[in-house]
Amino acid sequence: MADRSAFASEAMQYAPSLYTTALRMTRNAADAQDLVQETYLKAYRSFATFDEGTNLRAWLFRILTNSFINNYRAKQRRPQESELKDVEDLYLYHRIPQLSQLSSSAEDQLMDMFAGSEVREALENLPESFLMPVLLSDVEQFSYKEIAEILDIPIGTVMSRLHRGRKALQEALYEYAMSRHLVSQQSLANPSPSSDTPTN
Amino acid sequence: MADCDETLKELERFLDSELATGRLEDLIGHLGGCVDCQQTFEFHAELRQIVRQAVQHEPLPESLVDRIKECFGTDLSDELDTR
Repeated sequence: MADRSAFASEAMQYAPSLYTTALRMTRNAADAQDLVQETYLKAYRSFATFDEGTNLRAWLFRILTNSFINNYRAKQRRPQESELKDVEDLYLYHRIPQLSQLSSSAEDQLMDMFAGSEVREALENLPESFLMPVLLSDVEQFSYKEIAEILDIPIGTVMSRLHRGRKALQEALYEYAMSRHLVSQQSLANPSPSSDTPTN
Repeated sequence: MADCDETLKELERFLDSELATGRLEDLIGHLGGCVDCQQTFEFHAELRQIVRQAVQHEPLPESLVDRIKECFGTDLSDELDTR
């Protein structure tokens, strides 16, 4: 990037994803906006140290996560990793059939089962050490190597935190699904005439 | 060819697009003939999709766009002088 104005227009395109990630980390719009502004200001100030070979998006996310840890983390009340029970692999998959008698595909069952707001809440309540890798991988689709650089942790740690974070997310989603179980039983007992009624 | 245990161990790496080509071929070979593993993978791919959709990009508030532009307008030489 030759000059600052080129940098500005390059960097601007990542604002929506930085803001979305900031919202999940800070859990409120005012802090998320401050955090994103702070990220851009720091990025602009350290533009001179930006190595042209590096990935700008990853570099911005690194500034974002560091700023969050330094200035916003203290406000958050998230559980510690050690407070979570460690559940087995494929946790949700092994429980879904118990949750619903519907015989439709896994996709439909899942779509019906979880509202976006529940998934967001389950994510936001993850320990921060899990939330950040999961957001960077599942949502932003950064590679393990990029996440390792953004969070300044070894790749092996990225992988284990992703694995445990995703299991913790599944466990949280299972809790939601359990609480909704009664609802889906009721709707099975009293099927709505307008939805999916067999025609024969 | 990979067996079910080996295949399931690679599930996350597969969904994360982190499998080396050789391992990927091995795994796809197994999935082609194993309905159980196929279903497991589909379930987790779908779960990933649901997480992604739940965290879709939120519209940027206009005031934030203005604030970011202000950052870019900061005269750094001035700022450095006054420090």
